[in-house]
Amino acid sequence: DFSCVSIAFSTFNVPSVIKMCNLLKPLYHSHSTDFEVHRNWLAVTHSLPVSQWYYEATSEWTLDYPPLFAWFEYGLSHVARYFDKEMLVVQNLNYASSATVLFQRLSVIVTDVVFIYAVKECCKCLREEKGKDQLGKPSFILAALLLWNFGLLIIDRALLFSILLNLKHIYLYIAPAYGIFLLRCFCFTQNNADGSLQWKSFSLFRLVALGSIVLSTFAASFGPFIIMGQLSQVVSRLFPFKRGLCHAYWAPNIWALYNIADKALSILGIKLKLLDINKLPKASMTGGLVQEFQHSVLPSVSPLMTLIFTLLSILPVLLSMWRRPNGARGFLRSMVICALGSFMFGWHVHEKAILMAILPLSFLAVESKEDARTFLILSTTGHFSLFPLLFTAQELPIKILLMLLFTIFSFVSLKKLFSKHGQLVNSLEAAYLLGLVPLELICEFIYPLTSWQHKLPFIPLLLTSVYCALGVLYSFIRLYLSVLTAADSRSKAKAQ
Amino acid sequence: METWSLISICVLLGLTTRWAVSFSSYSGAGKAPMFGDYEAQRHWQEVTYNLPVKEWYFNTTDNDLGYWGLDYPPLTAYHSLLCAHIAKLIDPAWVELHTSRGYESASHKLFMRTTVLFADIVIYIPAVILFCFYLTDGSSKKKVATALCILLYPGLILIDYGHFQYNSVSLGLALWGVVGLGLGWDLLGSLAFTLALNYKQMELYHSLPFFCYLLGKCIKQGLMGKGLLLLVKISLTVLVTFAFCWWPFLSDPQQILQVLHRLFPVDRGLFEDKVANTWSSLNVLIKIKTLLSRDTQLLLSFALTLLFILPSSIKLLIKPTLWQFKLALVSRAKVLLIVNSSLAFFLFSFQVHEKSILKLCSVLMFLFLHLISFVCPFCLSYSMLPLLLKDGLLLPYVVTSVAFLYLGVYLLSALDRNVKSLRLCDVFLCVNRKCALHLVFLQFRVSLVAMAGLSFTSVVLEPPARLPDLFPVLVSVFSFLHFLALLLYFNLVQLTEPPSKKGPKKTN
Repeated sequence: DFSCVSIAFSTFNVPSVIKMCNLLKPLYHSHSTDFEVHRNWLAVTHSLPVSQWYYEATSEWTLDYPPLFAWFEYGLSHVARYFDKEMLVVQNLNYASSATVLFQRLSVIVTDVVFIYAVKECCKCLREEKGKDQLGKPSFILAALLLWNFGLLIIDRALLFSILLNLKHIYLYIAPAYGIFLLRCFCFTQNNADGSLQWKSFSLFRLVALGSIVLSTFAASFGPFIIMGQLSQVVSRLFPFKRGLCHAYWAPNIWALYNIADKALSILGIKLKLLDINKLPKASMTGGLVQEFQHSVLPSVSPLMTLIFTLLSILPVLLSMWRRPNGARGFLRSMVICALGSFMFGWHVHEKAILMAILPLSFLAVESKEDARTFLILSTTGHFSLFPLLFTAQELPIKILLMLLFTIFSFVSLKKLFSKHGQLVNSLEAAYLLGLVPLELICEFIYPLTSWQHKLPFIPLLLTSVYCALGVLYSFIRLYLSVLTAADSRSKAKAQ
Repeated sequence: METWSLISICVLLGLTTRWAVSFSSYSGAGKAPMFGDYEAQRHWQEVTYNLPVKEWYFNTTDNDLGYWGLDYPPLTAYHSLLCAHIAKLIDPAWVELHTSRGYESASHKLFMRTTVLFADIVIYIPAVILFCFYLTDGSSKKKVATALCILLYPGLILIDYGHFQYNSVSLGLALWGVVGLGLGWDLLGSLAFTLALNYKQMELYHSLPFFCYLLGKCIKQGLMGKGLLLLVKISLTVLVTFAFCWWPFLSDPQQILQVLHRLFPVDRGLFEDKVANTWSSLNVLIKIKTLLSRDTQLLLSFALTLLFILPSSIKLLIKPTLWQFKLALVSRAKVLLIVNSSLAFFLFSFQVHEKSILKLCSVLMFLFLHLISFVCPFCLSYSMLPLLLKDGLLLPYVVTSVAFLYLGVYLLSALDRNVKSLRLCDVFLCVNRKCALHLVFLQFRVSLVAMAGLSFTSVVLEPPARLPDLFPVLVSVFSFLHFLALLLYFNLVQLTEPPSKKGPKKTN
């Protein structure tokens, strides 16, 4: 409805404004490498023949996204030519003229516009109650939550170009959910009265249609590389398992807690003289670079193990969705859990991946109180865990201000939305979230002034990861429980 | 949503925009040997920290007035001194005498920007919030929307956080003055305004309304009784504040004279650069600068300024007597007067800088009672376009202006369906109010399109070789015409305001 859309648009413009204000940084710092990464990819796709794309290694930032994205960059590079030819020369490492920056940011904004459009469409799907005041409308809140999503603003890349575009293989996280859902709902055209599967309604035609669509997309994007026999190289670039279990800055997942436990046990072991300090491998898990390392006390984790854990974690919800898909909402829910599960147990997970879970959860949050509660916890801790990505003093006010903005808005609006149902977060959760404030003070202000800053510079990052990991894990469990209990109650209702 | 949360969101938005703009370039970045306003502020920190007070405004071997000499009143100097003390703690090289000239570094920029933000948070933003909540009428949503628009006003943000100045301090103090007077705290109001005056002499633009209002109020209360007491109290407050600020300079009349000389540089001529001023615009047609002698110029500008201020000032002098118990109306009348006198000063005054227009437009903000007044702030930031272009602030300008325009038009038109406050019928002599409204909006859109077009051409096209200043001149003339129209309109509104039929709202 028009007012929803217009309100939504009015809020959308402000994040773009801020993004454009962020356009003003004259020179992107060399540490924050996303800029350089994209510049390099533009250069590579533009200047080199296709056969070289996945072999090129002049820059340390090699092409590690699927081919469709490479084609996208190739298309962009043709526009980039008009801004500044120099950026397309592969050798120009760390090249950053103002025209280059302008172009990059403009492309981000353009893709954001696509995102905005997608959100607008989603808004339209939501039911609206008449008579609520404008700010309270779920769709407005949803739109604002999505577009103001602190994470997106900070990361400065439209991670979700649109829900449908599969440009990055981070979407593999939710591919199982997609696959199962599509299979279930699309290929089986009818449900039984209670919503369970009707095997007879299996439609071969639809399965073939679905399969061919998927396969042809893959063929189109991977095709040239398969012909050239480069598939293995592409795959090795896409899934660099040589990189360590954790990213440079620990994503707040299970492995962060695992690492901490390992460290704690090893220190304890040394103190109690159970272990010999010389036999332990050198500890450098938390240095800022990506390296392989071994755990000292607990068993080391291999990529295969993480895959198994991930699959195990998302299996129950996939089964539940298979048996009883709940339409769009059920799909969203399983999508969130898949994303979270992969985040929790995946190999070399980047913190940005948390956004993949938070964004779909926004849709659910405006509809159900329980989901709103989970959303608040997940989004606050998830966003906070992104703080280490912006570490210069200049950006400090911006990240704090934006975080405050988003947090206040989400809390107040969701609270208002569900005001009739009682308190949104209980006191323990509130205390946990408030604990983020002293954590931030310690990490950003107090710790750098102490003497430990030089000896153990990674402690703030460690603290942040571990603290947030607790929150993320808690949200994950809550979400799971909500799915399983819903399934239970339905089966109970069926039994009666 | 609850008001407190809305307000905090607005403030956070304002702060975020400010800080985002602060990332961009400042005035005179990298442009040796003179650099720009940023270097001027840094230089004042250097001067005030290292030299004794007696030497601050004088041309000595250590203090070269030709290189960004102090030309603001003492309070600015004290503020610079305070900042210099902090700077010294962080990195002494920033304020070393002589050697720190032209010092530029990322950390120094961060420091300077932080000082502006701090001053903003402490002085300007609370004043805005108080003003919106206590001195504007309408639903609380409207108040919040007004606050948001004021906080996001591009002109102030661009100048303070881009170009680099501390306008928020003087504007904030002046606003505290308005709030004080509006709430009946006359002494606090006078104190605040006097401080504002002592921070930047441009606040003289607003001094007449304050003076007239307070005087009128005293007269109203009877010059023989309470009125006299009030007059004495106010005068004492003002005098003591002045004495306090000028304390170090009071010992020697030479000092006072020199400071005044620096504050009001009558030597510099009728105008500098291309300002949206009468003289500048007139200069396009007749070369006034060369035609008249300096003294004649002075007299002429003084006379014309006075002429234009007189009607509204007299009106205010009389008005408080009649309406003094109708608080809302009175403060509105007072604010209207502020607009008129600022405009008049700006348009006709001597040696006006583009930035002075800030004084004007920020006050105009407060007139969001009228939708029509929305044109003005927008136009005013537009008039600073040449200056902003010079500083490399094009992108922030575009972005903030678009956002501001969108927000303002959308929010305010959504919340202010009732446009009774528009005095269009009188102005346009239209019988049908709808017709008048359409006219206004049409004119608004036309102006906008023209401004956008002119902005675009200023950036993209090269001016013809014969007329190198074509675009800045066009910008200033265009803005000038708008300002003149505004002056006439507001004068009209103020002078033709009929007595209100409402009963007394508050007593003083």
